[in-house]
Amino acid sequence: MKFCLYRYRPESGEKPFMQEVELDIDPAGKMLLDALIAIKAQDETLSLRRSCREGVCGSDAVNVNGKNRLACITPLSELTEPIEVRPLPGLPVIRDLVVDMEPFYRQYRSVKPWLVNDDPEPEVERLQSPQDRALLDGAYECILCACCTTACPSFWWNPEKFVGPAGLLQAYRFIADSRDEATPARLDNLEDPYRLYRCRGIMNCVDACPKGLNPTAAIGRIKALLVKRRV
Amino acid sequence: MKTTTGAHTGTGTWLLQRATAVMLALALPLLAAYFLAALPLDFAGWQALFAPPWLRVLMLLTATALALHAWVGVRDICMDYAHPTGLRLALYLAVIVTLAGSMAWLAVILFDAALGRTA
Repeated sequence: MKFCLYRYRPESGEKPFMQEVELDIDPAGKMLLDALIAIKAQDETLSLRRSCREGVCGSDAVNVNGKNRLACITPLSELTEPIEVRPLPGLPVIRDLVVDMEPFYRQYRSVKPWLVNDDPEPEVERLQSPQDRALLDGAYECILCACCTTACPSFWWNPEKFVGPAGLLQAYRFIADSRDEATPARLDNLEDPYRLYRCRGIMNCVDACPKGLNPTAAIGRIKALLVKRRV
Repeated sequence: MKTTTGAHTGTGTWLLQRATAVMLALALPLLAAYFLAALPLDFAGWQALFAPPWLRVLMLLTATALALHAWVGVRDICMDYAHPTGLRLALYLAVIVTLAGSMAWLAVILFDAALGRTA
């Protein structure tokens, strides 16, 4: 199979370039990550991140033929050759397919992605009704792979100001949590022309999410809560 | 550590864009139908079209909605692409002057004749 890989070695002083690679691999039942690992076995200078190899850790997000996806759950058989693999767009490249995730994590941290509850701790766990728990479905499954946020043009233009789809989905996950007591502060944190309202609903995030989540819908619910609070 | 917080604005602007979009979606087909039904037009017919006061009020309201809608949209584009604050402020000012000027001009065109003067 033919591959076209983005290569960048900062210490060489060279500009990044696309490297054509031929790999003898049977695509049946194999994922893109299998191919990348086989290529790395041929040429150990290729750098990439991977860990769980089953779509749970979110570390091997790359741009494949123009779309952000997880290499480990992308079947080789559904890709057209030459398979172009690039690092995630919109984040600084450290080397080859490895990007600096810090701008993404900084926005994630800014929404305080933890439960805020100052009540005394109960004897057992903080209980939720099945209905309250159901509100978290579609919001808690995010693995922070950054496929969505780095597919969002608003994040490309303002990565230091716009929270991005992943961060906003996580913000909503805690707003929707019946055990969380900080909803007004969370809405204050988000009500901003840049932090929230850079989202204009183009839904690249929904298209990119390898877990099938819908950040645009969560952003819509945050906006609805802000409108309710205001009018 | 400094904590991040929002500017506590943006919801009104967002709502304004949504509300003006609804107004435009209702008013523009209505106006288009009104004008297309009167085709073909000569100058006298064109003037007669604008005779009813309700039409002139509707035209002005629609144009106001369009200007507000355009303001939010162009402001969004400036926020995306024009990052130096001074440049962005200058662009905002240019957009506001253009839109407000166009609105004032339209008001004069629509209502000057009604006040017995010729434009």
